[in-house]
Amino acid sequence: MSIQAAHINAFLESTKTLFDTMIGMPVSFETPKIKDGNQPYDISGVIGLSGDVVGCVLIGFDQDAAINIVTKFTGEPAELNTPDFDDAIGEVVNMIAGGAKAKFEGMDVSIGCPSVITSPKHQVTSPSAAESIIIPCVTAAGGFQIEISFRSVTPLSGTAERNTPVTQMKRA
Amino acid sequence: MRVLIVDDSKTMRKIERSVLVKLGYEDIEEAVNGQDAMSKVAAFKPDLILLDWNMPIMDGITFLRNLRAKDTATRVIMVTTESEKSRVIEAIKAGVNNYAVKPFTPDSISKIIETTMANAA
Repeated sequence: MSIQAAHINAFLESTKTLFDTMIGMPVSFETPKIKDGNQPYDISGVIGLSGDVVGCVLIGFDQDAAINIVTKFTGEPAELNTPDFDDAIGEVVNMIAGGAKAKFEGMDVSIGCPSVITSPKHQVTSPSAAESIIIPCVTAAGGFQIEISFRSVTPLSGTAERNTPVTQMKRA
Repeated sequence: MRVLIVDDSKTMRKIERSVLVKLGYEDIEEAVNGQDAMSKVAAFKPDLILLDWNMPIMDGITFLRNLRAKDTATRVIMVTTESEKSRVIEAIKAGVNNYAVKPFTPDSISKIIETTMANAA
């Protein structure tokens, strides 16, 4: 089973909604691409998906972008390596993943509690049986990436166009 | 008017508290999960609860069912990323009075709070 364009669009929409409502800055997206090798991040938030979609979502930041985005989100200067900072990152992941999975029409998907990793240039390996897509995101506060890794997925209902697999996307 | 905020995220509790303060609510208590909320409800006796769904130890829907087993008066607004129709129906069946989807703007959740409390009057 493969990640479909409709899944990707769900993540684009939920990310835009979050940045429009609670973070208060525009976000734009570069072309999604198939993950080819681990990406280095300074801060990453990870949340699991279960049910009709089994996999995980990772949001990866460099340090400056994470600090700037958390500062905008909370309205207070963000301090790295604190429980409050990790909590804010976790909530960003929660709302992006939660908003996206709600758009998976006709599918029953649950999300877990987020985990946050803070370590310079760390890498997170996706599940070995998973197909992984990276969505590069751009904001005035800095860029970040959304990694979607699905190990199995029940096909979405809907048109053939919505269900187009993303196998044509260019590799990173 | 006493308000209990139930959410495992300190960030969300802060954001919701700031909305409530702007609306004029001053007597605000916080709980970090459903189990914590059960004990706080008994002691604090809130008029309104802002309730997250996905929390460790005891989630929001379980707390709501437990609450409604003995209390049908306290107003409860579910504040959650769970926006699928099936989830909303489940929350209504469990006894929620209103539903706010995260992420939200301060204006949108303010209106939901005001509507909920106006309906309670």
